[in-house]
Amino acid sequence: MPDWDYSIAEIGDQLPPLTLRPINQDDLVLYANASGDQNPIHINQNFAKKSGLPNVIAHGMLIMSYLGRLLTNFIPQSSIKNFTVQFSNMTHLNQQVICTGKVLEKDSIDGKEVVTISLKVEDLQGDKKIIGQAIINSDL
Amino acid sequence: MIDRSLIGKTYPPFYSEVTEEKIRLFAKAIGETNPIHFLIESARKEGYPSLLAPLTFLTTVSYEQEDPYKYLKDLNIELGQFLHANQEYTYFSPVCAGDRIKMESKLSDLFDKRGGRLQFLVFRSTYTNQDKVIVAKSKSTLVVR
Repeated sequence: MPDWDYSIAEIGDQLPPLTLRPINQDDLVLYANASGDQNPIHINQNFAKKSGLPNVIAHGMLIMSYLGRLLTNFIPQSSIKNFTVQFSNMTHLNQQVICTGKVLEKDSIDGKEVVTISLKVEDLQGDKKIIGQAIINSDL
Repeated sequence: MIDRSLIGKTYPPFYSEVTEEKIRLFAKAIGETNPIHFLIESARKEGYPSLLAPLTFLTTVSYEQEDPYKYLKDLNIELGQFLHANQEYTYFSPVCAGDRIKMESKLSDLFDKRGGRLQFLVFRSTYTNQDKVIVAKSKSTLVVR
């Protein structure tokens, strides 16, 4: 599967980015049903507006899940030991996001290679939705 | 203002059966196409006993509770009032269809910023499978606006 190998990547190397299509209401309803997170702020326009938002917003965990796909597109899931994100801005309907990652650090701990990847999700205007990082270690 | 004496409050353990259907539906909802989340033969070829749960799948466990937002209502926080600020997962062992996951959670911290205008709640959870193996831990931070 992978045509990008983290074990030989150098610091600063980028993962091939993952660009999503614009978020629509069906995406949010499907995610609400699959995850069980039925908070109306994500699926009910009137509720979202009453809460002071222009419209429903995407579940933060859906956007984090897209970022997870970027990782597992190229890295075996069993090698991913930690996945941490900070949600910076809301993702609104019709926004299109792009997930990127690059090698931040490479360490050798007890002879095992540990790679830290910095992660980011932003929309096409460059508005940051998520920053995060993942720790990869194939031998633990 | 949230009562700081609640720091350390623990919640009753909650159990969830991980099924093939739940994994397929979740994988589809996040746009995942890797067959290890959809086809048992593909998962087995990669060394998993059955369908592999995606990285963020454990988020589904708490929402299976009868009233998944009860823990926030108990703190007088309403839906629409809070946002997800941070999420961390540390993984120890894969989660696959057929697993029975026990989630144990606690309110591990409460703090505020901007002179109390933003309040942060930190929840930590441990996920253990039917073989008493800790499969993952999570830390979720919510901000009340």
